[in-house]
Amino acid sequence: MDIIVDGQKAHVATGGREPLPGEPVVILIHGSGMDRTVWQFQSRNIAFRGRRVLGVDLPGHGRSEGAPPKTIAAMADWLGRFMDAAEVETATLIGHSMGSLIAMDMAARYPERVEKLVLMGVAETMPVHPELLEAARQNLPLAPELIVFWGLGDKAKIGGHPEPGLWIRGANETLLKLSQKGVLATDLTACDIYTEGAAAAQKVTCPTLFVLGRNDQMTPLKKGLSLADLVKNSHATVIERSGHMMMCERPNQVYDALKGFVI
Amino acid sequence: MVTPKFLKFDTLSLHAGQQPDPATGARAVPIYQTTSYMFDDTDHAAALYNLERPGHIYTRLTNPTVAVLEERVAALEGGVGAIATASGMAAIFLAIATLMNEGGHIVSSGSLYGGTHNLFSFTLPRFGITTTFVDVRDPDAFKKAIRPETKLVFGETLGNPGIEVMNLPAIADIAHEAGLPLMIDATFTTPYLMRTFDQGADLAMHSLTKFLGGHGIAIGGAIVDSGKFDWAASGKFPNLSEPYAGYHDLNFADEFGTQAFLMRARSEGMMNFGACMSPTNAFHILQGIETLPLRMQKHVANAGAVAEFLEASDEVEWVNYPGLKSHADYDLAQSLLPKGCGAILSFGLKGGRKAGKTFIESVKLASHLANIGDAKTLVIHPASTTHQQMTAEALATAGIGEGLVRLSVGLEDEGDIIADLKQALRASQKV
Repeated sequence: MDIIVDGQKAHVATGGREPLPGEPVVILIHGSGMDRTVWQFQSRNIAFRGRRVLGVDLPGHGRSEGAPPKTIAAMADWLGRFMDAAEVETATLIGHSMGSLIAMDMAARYPERVEKLVLMGVAETMPVHPELLEAARQNLPLAPELIVFWGLGDKAKIGGHPEPGLWIRGANETLLKLSQKGVLATDLTACDIYTEGAAAAQKVTCPTLFVLGRNDQMTPLKKGLSLADLVKNSHATVIERSGHMMMCERPNQVYDALKGFVI
Repeated sequence: MVTPKFLKFDTLSLHAGQQPDPATGARAVPIYQTTSYMFDDTDHAAALYNLERPGHIYTRLTNPTVAVLEERVAALEGGVGAIATASGMAAIFLAIATLMNEGGHIVSSGSLYGGTHNLFSFTLPRFGITTTFVDVRDPDAFKKAIRPETKLVFGETLGNPGIEVMNLPAIADIAHEAGLPLMIDATFTTPYLMRTFDQGADLAMHSLTKFLGGHGIAIGGAIVDSGKFDWAASGKFPNLSEPYAGYHDLNFADEFGTQAFLMRARSEGMMNFGACMSPTNAFHILQGIETLPLRMQKHVANAGAVAEFLEASDEVEWVNYPGLKSHADYDLAQSLLPKGCGAILSFGLKGGRKAGKTFIESVKLASHLANIGDAKTLVIHPASTTHQQMTAEALATAGIGEGLVRLSVGLEDEGDIIADLKQALRASQKV
C-alpha cells in the first residue's frame, strides 16, 4: 500500500490484513539501508492481533520514493507527516537501530503522538566505524557485508533459523545490497552524527520497552541498558543468543517480549 | 582495513544451518522422523498457519532435518533461502508453478536433461505453459525468443549431455533487460565449482541426488532464491506481487520482500503439490555435502585425466569436455569455472551406435545406469535412455548424436578408471 507524503509515495506493509475502524496503530521503523521486510516476523503477527500495522519504507528505501532525510530529526519530522497522511493521531512506534533513534526522537519532540515505544538494538549514540562509512559512501559491497558480519550474532551466522529454509545472513546481505546507491551512506551518517540520544531519552514520557541483544556488537547491551536508565517509564528485555538483528534472528523471543506490551 | 571474517565455503559445507541439537547435544544433524509438531496453544497454531510466526506444522511443508539441508544449500549458493523437494524435477516444477499461470512462456536452452525437456515440451503445454528452445551458444537467440508473455529464462550451467557452457552473464543481462528472471539448473557444477548468483542467475535449482549427495543413495532436489529479482517492479508476476486469495489476500512481495518467491512456493506449492523431501533423505544428502569440496576436487582431477585419455584414443572420434582446449567453450569455461569443469563428459566412438552399445556392455568398473554425480564412475547411452523421448530434431538441437556416450567420472583411482575404459574401447572396435 502506498501513502502520499510530501507528494511522494511512501510504501507500507500492512501485515496483509484490512484493519477495523478505531484499532490501535503500530508503526514499524526499520534501520539503516533496510526496509519494511525486516519486520516480516512481527508485522503480520501484530496485525492479526487487532492492530493497524504500518511497516513503513522510509523515503528512498524499499519501494518508497524520495531522498532519504539526512538527520534523525528530519526522519522523525517526516514520520510525523507520514502519520498525518495516514490519518493517524497516535501510534505505538517500534524501531530498530536507526529506526529506534527516529522513534525516540519523535516521542521526545511530539509526545502527544506516541502512545508507546519499543526500541530494539539501540544506544545513546551510534558511532559508525570510519571504514564502514567510507565503504558505504563508495557504495562498495564491503559495507553491507560488514554490517551483516557485525550485525548478526555468531549463532545466526552459522544458521539454524526458526523459519525453515531461511538463510538469514544471505537475506540480510541481499537486502542491504539492493538498497539504492547512497542511501546506506546517508543513513549511517545520520546515525554517526546523532548526539541527542541522552536528551531525547530524558524527555520520553510514554511507556517504553527496550529489546536488546545479549551479543549485539553494533549497539552493545551495556549501552542499551544505560539508555534505558534515562527513560523514566521503561523496562528492558534481553534477547539471549542474539546480535543486533534480534527481530530477524530470534523472532520467537521478540514475540515473547512484545506480548503484553504491544500485543 | 577491516574485512568481514565470514565462514568459508568448506566450513559452511560442514556447519551451515545447524546448531547442535538443544535437547540432546547431538553433534550430527538428527533425523526428525516425524510428520507433525506440537503447538504451544491454539493461538500459536493459528499464527503458524497464517504465516505470522516461524516454525513447523507438518513435514510436507517443513521439517527440522530438511531445514538444515535447505539452509546449507542456500548458504553454499549465497542465496536468501531454499526449499528442498522430493527430486530435482520437483524443484523445477515447483518454481515454474509458483512463477506463472496458464499462458506463461519460457525461453530455454535446448541443451537440457531429457526429463526437463520432456516437462517443457509435453507436460507444461497441457497446463497452457509453452517453451521456446534455443541454441545455448547463441545468446541473441534467447533475446529473439522472448515474448510479452515470457516469464522465465532457463538453462543448465553445463548442457546435458553436450556439456555446453552456458554464458550466464550474457544471458542474465538479456533476461534482466526484458524484466525476467534467469533460473539455472546447476546440478552439474554444484556451488563448489560455480556460484550461479555471482554470474547473474536469480534462481538456482539442483538435483541433490547427484554431486551434492554424491553417494547415489537418496533422491532429492532444491530450489534456491538469490533474493535479487524484484518481482513487484517487473510487473509480470502477479502470483508474488498481488493479493493471494489463498492467504486472505496476502501480498507476498509486500510482506516478505526478498523471500516472496520462497514463501509463496512453500505455502502454496509444498502445501498443494506435496513433493516434499523425506527427513532421512535430507540426512543422507547432508552427509554428502559435508565432503563436497573434497569430492569435487577429485572428480574434476579424474575427469580431466579421463578426458585427455579419451581424446588421445584412436577409437574415439571426439570428446566433449570444457576443460579440453578442443572444446568450443574452453575459453568461457576458464572464465566461469576456474575451479574445474565438473566430472561429466560425453564422447563419440568410431563405429556409431553399435560401437557405443558394445562399449557400454564391455565396461567392468564403470556402472551402466541412469544417474550422474555418484562417487562411482557411471556410463550411459543418452539417445536410448535419458533422452529417448526426444524427437530426432530435438536430439540434433541438443547436440545428441546416436553414438554419443555420457560418462560421469567417479572417485576411483584415476588409473583404474582409464584401464577399464581402455579395454572397453578396444572391445568396441572388434564388432
